[in-house]
Amino acid sequence: MLKNYLKTAIQVLRRRKFFTFISLFGVSLTLVVLMVATAVFDQILGPQLPEIHADRTLGVYSLEMRGAEIISDSDASYWFLDRYVRTLPDIEKVTIFSQAARSATYLDGEKFELYFKRTDGAFWQVYGFDFLEGGPFLAEDDANAEKVAVINETTRRQLYGGSKALGRMLEIDGQRLKIKGVVRDVSFLRQDPFSDVWAPISAARSDTHLRPAVLGSHTGVILARHRGDFPAIKRAFQARLAEVELPEGYDELSGEANTHFERFSRVMSSNQERTVASPWRLRFAIGLAMVLFMILPSLNLVNINVSRILERASEIGVRKAFGASSWTLVGQFVVENVLLTLIGGGIAFVLSGGVLSLLNGVELIPYATFQLNFRVFVYGLLLAVIFGLISGVYPAWKMSRLHPVTALRRRSL
Amino acid sequence: MIQLRAVEKVYRTDRIETIALSNVNLEIRSGEFVSIMGPSGCGKSTLLNLMGLLDVPSEGTVSLAGESVVSYSDRQLSRLRNRRLGFVFQTFHLIADLSVVDNVEIPLLYRRMSGSERRRLALAALERVGLSSRVHHFPAQLSGGQQQRVAIARAIVGEPDVLLADEPTGNLDSSMGDEVMAILHDLNSSAGTTIVMVTHDERLAGQTGRILRLFDGRQVN
Ligand SMILES: Nc1ncnc2c1ncn2[C@@H]1O[C@H](COP(=O)(O)OP(=O)(O)OP(=O)(O)O)[C@@H](O)[C@H]1O
Ligand SMILES: [Mg+2]
Repeated sequence: MLKNYLKTAIQVLRRRKFFTFISLFGVSLTLVVLMVATAVFDQILGPQLPEIHADRTLGVYSLEMRGAEIISDSDASYWFLDRYVRTLPDIEKVTIFSQAARSATYLDGEKFELYFKRTDGAFWQVYGFDFLEGGPFLAEDDANAEKVAVINETTRRQLYGGSKALGRMLEIDGQRLKIKGVVRDVSFLRQDPFSDVWAPISAARSDTHLRPAVLGSHTGVILARHRGDFPAIKRAFQARLAEVELPEGYDELSGEANTHFERFSRVMSSNQERTVASPWRLRFAIGLAMVLFMILPSLNLVNINVSRILERASEIGVRKAFGASSWTLVGQFVVENVLLTLIGGGIAFVLSGGVLSLLNGVELIPYATFQLNFRVFVYGLLLAVIFGLISGVYPAWKMSRLHPVTALRRRSL
Repeated sequence: MIQLRAVEKVYRTDRIETIALSNVNLEIRSGEFVSIMGPSGCGKSTLLNLMGLLDVPSEGTVSLAGESVVSYSDRQLSRLRNRRLGFVFQTFHLIADLSVVDNVEIPLLYRRMSGSERRRLALAALERVGLSSRVHHFPAQLSGGQQQRVAIARAIVGEPDVLLADEPTGNLDSSMGDEVMAILHDLNSSAGTTIVMVTHDERLAGQTGRILRLFDGRQVN
């Protein structure tokens, strides 16, 4: 039956070129917007280099200290993370790093800025960077406060043209660092691993990070052995919070170890909320927004389809007279519509590729390469089918209700 | 084969009430070739629609092969229409988007059958009405007479027990009309198909087994 439905659908679409064109135009346009949005979400949240273990990581991004008269919230300090998070039981690894900050560097006496991140040896194991030259600095380098650095591809090009960077010296943040490795660029949207230059924390000019303070400017990322360990790790983390001795005036410390998606939900939801919004709520909200976005074009397609009922009345009458039940006709019309939106989806996929490469071209976001991958394709497909169903079911139902005699009374051929 | 008992058909619109048929009692026996005659608007098409299970009477019962169908569901009715009935409409009703052969295949789409078998039967039906050379044309590319013959091919492709034809020769010149009549006579005598045909042509009606006359929604002898 499906084969017949499809065959008929193709014939109808081919013969009604104007209708097909108008409908496809609307469908494709809508789906382009949604697919580009999906690609952007994927760029932010999808598992990809260097966040290869994204599904096994929990991050400690911020803490809040409360007292009777005062509330402070900020990133955690290196001291806190090193002492209370790195020592959590039954985990694989913890990496601690600073936010990538703009730092001055000099080339031929000319000053310019690069993103600079301080981190540890574990960083290179939690994240899977793609090394073009050399390798990462190791735990020993960090322990010995070696003045070494890893830079990205773009920085190598800026500083040294096309030539090799390994072993060269880089002046940044008031230090001279020896380049140990060169990695492929990491998208700005991958906030945790992102930077232009990475160097050991221990080699920092000052040792402010070692001072015992709860709040600071670092992030800790925990690599769990299994995803299933998350609840236990989160509980252990909460227990640790209770052990921390707080400065005078404060009596409560709160914070969470969050997955990517939880963190993203938190950022997206109102800042006022102290507890993290459930990721399901965000998923639901994104889904709802996408469906809402489809409503108007759907209504448009519904409208076109309903107005075509008159045009197709004779066909409906004939099919019923020769044995199609109402449900068979619903099936046929829905398949026709879904086929239409799937074709629209195909066109949209190609167009989205163009839009994304344009976006990549203007370098709106440093090193972000939006791309259409398999995941985006699957989501796009899903979107097209949902669109097809939303806009197809009502007209199909309405068409199928047409009484055969009434349908046949409308003169056509 | 088909039985109508005390059938009334009333069309109600906002203000007007049209009695299209009133107290119609008749029986079409298996293998008969019956023609229905009467002036325009007397209810011939309405009667044919009732026999074809496309419409339900306002009063009375319609039975097919001894079973009353008044309480049948949409699914049951569509199955009966598919297996037992074939229609030729007054105004052809070919689907413009489909080629001739695809139009003829329509009744077979709603049966379990392979695509190649369907195609074979459709081509055979087109051969029978002398349209083998036009199978891939679209309806709009055919003359009125050719369209009429496509409509007949579609009606007979599923080898229905009953063929209901509403003025199948109405749009044809007399020689073409005779050709179509020859096809119907052949079906009736060789395949034993029961045929009910509406016509305004006394000459053609005279060639059929029996003439039913309607006047203003009533049977007349
Ligand atoms: N859907 C409808 N709504 C209202 N009135 C209808 C409807 N269908 C038919 N009628 C009326 O019922 C009567 C019978 O119509 P019908 O089409 O059966 O006539 P007919 O004998 O086939 O005429 P013709 O020879 O012109 O085809 C007519 O008066 C017509 O106006
Ligand atoms: Mg009529």
